[in-house]
Amino acid sequence: MKKIYSISVENRSGVLCKVAGLFSRRCFNIDSLAVGETDHPDVSCMTIVSSGNQRTLEQIEKQLNKKLDIIKVRTFKEEQSISRELMLMKVKYNRTNRKDIMEICDILKAEIVDMSKSYMMIQICDTPERIKLLIQMMNSISVVECARTGTLALMKCSENE
Amino acid sequence: MVKCLELEGVTSVFGYPGVAICPFYNSILNSDIESVLVRTEQNAAHAASGVYRVSGKVGVCAVTSGPGATNLITGIATAFADSIPMICITGQVDSELLGSDVFQEADITGAVESFVKYSYLVRDVDDIPRIFKEAFHIATTGRKGPVLIDVPIDVQNATLSKFKYPEEVKLRTYKPTVKGNMAQIKKVVKELADAKRPLICAGGGVLLAGARKELFDFSHKFNIPVVSTMMGIGVMPTEDDMYYGMVGNNGKPYANKAMNDCDLLIMVGARVADRAISQPDLIINNKLLVHIDVDPAEIGKNVGPHIPLVGDCKSIFEDLLEQEVTGDFSEWKATLDEYAKAMEKKRTVSDEFVDPAAFIQMLSRKLPDDAVYVADVGQNQIWSCGYHIVKQGDFLTSGGMGTMGYSIPAAMGAKYSMPEREVVAVCGDGSFQMSMMELATMRQHGIKSKVIVLRNNFLGMVRQYQHFTYKDNYSVVDLTGSPDLSKIAAAYDMPYFLVKDGKDMEQQIDAFLKEDKACLMECLIDPMDLV
Repeated sequence: MKKIYSISVENRSGVLCKVAGLFSRRCFNIDSLAVGETDHPDVSCMTIVSSGNQRTLEQIEKQLNKKLDIIKVRTFKEEQSISRELMLMKVKYNRTNRKDIMEICDILKAEIVDMSKSYMMIQICDTPERIKLLIQMMNSISVVECARTGTLALMKCSENE
Repeated sequence: MVKCLELEGVTSVFGYPGVAICPFYNSILNSDIESVLVRTEQNAAHAASGVYRVSGKVGVCAVTSGPGATNLITGIATAFADSIPMICITGQVDSELLGSDVFQEADITGAVESFVKYSYLVRDVDDIPRIFKEAFHIATTGRKGPVLIDVPIDVQNATLSKFKYPEEVKLRTYKPTVKGNMAQIKKVVKELADAKRPLICAGGGVLLAGARKELFDFSHKFNIPVVSTMMGIGVMPTEDDMYYGMVGNNGKPYANKAMNDCDLLIMVGARVADRAISQPDLIINNKLLVHIDVDPAEIGKNVGPHIPLVGDCKSIFEDLLEQEVTGDFSEWKATLDEYAKAMEKKRTVSDEFVDPAAFIQMLSRKLPDDAVYVADVGQNQIWSCGYHIVKQGDFLTSGGMGTMGYSIPAAMGAKYSMPEREVVAVCGDGSFQMSMMELATMRQHGIKSKVIVLRNNFLGMVRQYQHFTYKDNYSVVDLTGSPDLSKIAAAYDMPYFLVKDGKDMEQQIDAFLKEDKACLMECLIDPMDLV
C-alpha cells in the first residue's frame, strides 16, 4: 500500500535530518521525498511517499505527529490528490532515433529543453506513472543521466477547504 | 542559564565540567543551586533520573562538549527508554567554530536525536529564557522524556539584552492530550460490565502520571485484579490483595496465566514491549483489549487494541472512578488466588551461599515502608523484581534500556533529593564495577545511599543465557580479577558487611540498615544460580 504524507514543518536547519532519521530508525520506507518553502517563509512543506502495511502507515503518521518541529501531517491516497513530479533526462541521440524521441516526447507531453550535436535534454512534469512510462519508452534509447524531484502532492480541491 | 534553573525550582545539578561549560559552572557559584561532581558523565544522567523518579522534581545534568557530551548519551538513552524527564545541558565549542572539527567538538544534538524528546542548539543568547522554559515544559508533559540544550561557549559568555523568563510556553506544534475521550471511557465501562475476567496490566506510565492512588482506588472499588510490567512495579503494594505480580518472560507464572485467561485486558501506561509480552498479536486472540496511553503512537504500535484511549492515566482513572461498574468479579479473583498459590516458583539453593530470593525478601521486609529500592541490571534485577516487597516506597530500575551500572548513581540522585528516606542500590558484581567510581561522589557530598552487591563472580545473566543456549560454553562472562570489596569499602571510608550464607543474613541486614551512613554490603551468591 502507498500513502502520501504532506507535512508542514518549521523551516529550520536540522528538521529534514530529524524526519529522515525517524524513517531510517524505524525502518519505514521512503519512496520519494520533496522539500520546499511554502508561501510562509517560516514553514516548509515535505511531501513523502511511503509504502507498507496498514499498521506501518499508521505508525508513520503517529510518529511524525510526535516530532516537535512538525506543524501538521496530512495524509492521502494517490487518487485523492493531484500529484506531480519533474524529471530532467539527458539522452544520446543519432540520426536514426531522433525522430522517435521527438515523437515519444510529443505523445507524453515532454519538452526538449536543451541539445547539442549528439545529446538532448528532455523535461517532463507529470504524474509519477507517466514519468515512469517515459523512462520505459526511453530505455531502448541511450539514457545518459536523469534527475527527479520526487512527488509533490496536494489534496484535490473541494468547496469545504 | 543558572537564573532559568533557579526559576524552575532546580536545587541541584549533577555534572562534570570542562572548558566549554565553564562559564555556566562559574555562574552557578553565585547561586544557591548545589553542584554535584560525578566521576563519569553517564552517571550524571542516571543521578538526575533518580532525582525525578523519587522527588518528582526534574533532574538536571550539565557536562562539557565533545567526550563529556558523548559520555552522557547512554544515560540519556536510558532515561528516554523509560520516559524519565530530564534536562541535559552540554557545553559546545564557539559558534564560529562549529562544524570545523575543533578540539572537543561533537555534534551532540545530531548524535542524541533518537534518544531525546527534543534538543536545542542555542545560537542566540536572547533565546536562552524561552528555550529553558520550553525545555522544562516539553520534558515534563505528555509522554515525558529527556531534553538536551547544547550551548556554545560564546553564547554562555554573551550578555542578554534583557532577561525576562516567559510565563508560558507558546509551541504551535506541541499540545499533548491529557483528558481521555469520554465516549471511549464509557465504552470501557460498558465492556467491563459485560466482562467476566477483567485484568489491568499497569506499566511505568502509571507511576510517571502520579496515578498510583487512582489505580489503587479503581482496582479496589470495582474488584479488578492488577498485574504490572517491570517498569510498573510499585504501582500497587506487592502484597496487596488485588495485585498479582509482574508479567513477562521473567515474571510470575500466575501473572502471565492471568494475562492469558482474562477476557478484558486494560493495558495502561505500558508499551507492550517484548519482555512483557513476547507475542503481542496472540494476546488479543481471546480477549478484548483496551489500551490507555498518553502517547498516541504507542497505541497500535505493537498490538492493535479494540478500544484505544489516549490521555494522561491519572485523569482517565479519575474519570473512570466516577463511573459505575456493575460486574461481579469475585469468582475470577478466587481463581487467580488459586493460581498464585499453586504456581509460586520453588527455588533450590545451596546452603553454602546466600539465596538471593530469601535475602531480598528479608531485606525488603526490614526496610522502612517508604524506602527506595534501586535494582541494577542482570540476574540481580530479575531477583529484585521477583522478590522485593514494595510497601509504600519506590522501586527503580532501568527497564527499557537495561543499562548496567544504573543503580548506584540513580540511588545517589534519589538519596540526594530525599535524604530522609532510606535508599538502597542492589547490583551484581558486574554492574557494581561499572559505576563504583560514584562511591567517591557519595563520600564527597555526604550522600548516604547504601549499596548491596550480589556477588557471584560472573556476568550471571549472560552466563545463564550461555548455559541454556550454548550448553555451558561460557564466553567472556568470568569476572575473575574483581577487587576485594572490603578494601574498596575501606578505601571510600564506608562500613562493610559480608553475608556468606543464610545463617548470618538477618544479623548482617539489621546491622547494615542501622548504619546512618553510606555503607557497602557484599552477599556471596552461588555462581551457578539461575533466575
